[in-house]
Amino acid sequence: MKIRGWKDLNEGPVIKNPGNSILYKTGSWRSFKPVFLKENCTDCLLCWLYCPDMSVVVENGQMRGFNYDYCKGCGICANECPGKKRQKAIVMEQEGK
Amino acid sequence: MKTISAVTGNEAIAEAMRQINPDFSAVYPITPQTDLMQKFSSFHADGYVSTEVVLVESEHSAMSACIGAACAGGRVVTATSGPGLALMWEMLFVASGMRLPIVMPVVNRALSAPLNIHGDHSDAMGARDSGWIQIWSENAQEAYDNMIQAFRIAEHMDIRLPAMVCYDGFIISHSISRVEFLSDETVQKFIGDFTPTNSLLDIEKVVSYGPLVLTDQYHEYKKVQNDVISSIGEIVLKVADEFEKVSGRKYSLFDSYRLDDAEIGIVILNSAAGTTKDVIDEARKKGIKAGLLKPRFFRPFFYNEIAEALSGLKVICVMDRSDSFGAFGPLYTEIASSMFHMKNKPVLINKIYGLGGRDYLPVHAEMVIDELSEIAETGIVNHYKEYIGLRE
Ligand code: SF4
Ligand code: SF4
Repeated sequence: MKIRGWKDLNEGPVIKNPGNSILYKTGSWRSFKPVFLKENCTDCLLCWLYCPDMSVVVENGQMRGFNYDYCKGCGICANECPGKKRQKAIVMEQEGK
Repeated sequence: MKTISAVTGNEAIAEAMRQINPDFSAVYPITPQTDLMQKFSSFHADGYVSTEVVLVESEHSAMSACIGAACAGGRVVTATSGPGLALMWEMLFVASGMRLPIVMPVVNRALSAPLNIHGDHSDAMGARDSGWIQIWSENAQEAYDNMIQAFRIAEHMDIRLPAMVCYDGFIISHSISRVEFLSDETVQKFIGDFTPTNSLLDIEKVVSYGPLVLTDQYHEYKKVQNDVISSIGEIVLKVADEFEKVSGRKYSLFDSYRLDDAEIGIVILNSAAGTTKDVIDEARKKGIKAGLLKPRFFRPFFYNEIAEALSGLKVICVMDRSDSFGAFGPLYTEIASSMFHMKNKPVLINKIYGLGGRDYLPVHAEMVIDELSEIAETGIVNHYKEYIGLRE
């Protein structure tokens, strides 16, 4: 996203293109990242429900993985994931390892 | 058609507000503003205005409600005094930062402690860095005229900034004087219809106010604010010109009185300028070349124009009706900064007078003029900053 210079700011801080937060990527704050282990997933979608952002990608009712552009690495999804036979379908890994 | 009446300053401003008939007004009482908003509320109760009047629970809420109404696209007015303005402080910056042209009479009052309800400029001076335009008024007539012009200035499409119209508590707000009112029609024609920009109620063009702007762009927004408020001079003069055509009364960036050939001068704001002008007339009769400059705007401060007007003087006393404790008075600081770049700088001294409504009498102005004459003669300055009119 191009950040505007001062000459373009004459109207004051007002957002005129609604829904533009998609242009502002916030995933770089993350120090841990969720990793998806498909073999343990039952598609219960609790991760999708609990994610405080919109970072769990779901297609046709199935968990597909994460949108790391916005995932903050909070770990809520991993915590809530019931998994299969006590094996979690989401595990948190330290970034940069 | 004009009407001449004997009214208090607050009555004059309430009348202006009736004639302006704003879309929205948040009302919260504080002395000496109270009877201004009481009068306006009566106009509302009696059906003389169609304004949406909201009684709020504090000044912080008053300014917050005004900000909401202004974002929604309304012409918005509120009024306050002293501690009320202090309680608004946080929201003042929101109003100016969001470029909302709210107009607010500030009936100047001292700040506590000790508790004091009288006229003093500490309130507005405390808000001088809030990004609001500040227009100062010597008497009820000027307050009425400035109130009307404030809308044209604040709402101008190249400006869109909030404006305070300042006049002295009690001395002006509660004293009765002669005021010439314009007709309702003239006022309404002069201010024109309000043009909202980015209205929250415009569902065709959806907008959000109040985004978080961090290190990447805040600095740029402040640069724009500085440039916009610094550039209003031409518009102020144009509005003053048009106002003169409908009222016959002349306004400018500042008022200069017998300054052309003056050697000593006094710079002073608001009601005390009237007393000082009388004393200057007396001094002139004695052959003392004295003059006066009264800034009409404190924000922006028209420093080039003011420095130019003061450039021929030998000695100047800048008089402050508020103090910056442990430093010079706020008006003094502006005048000193304005003149610093000049080759032949006059000698500048600072007097603090009239705090908490202490009377400023002709004898005080006479003493200052005597001191200035002496400095002009001897070049000796005893005090650069001094309180006058003190009880010993
Ligand atoms: S780690 Fe947090 S932000 Fe990222 S997908 Fe899981 S719940 Fe959402
Ligand atoms: S919570 Fe776990 S099991 Fe349920 S859909 Fe998400 S990853 Fe799959």
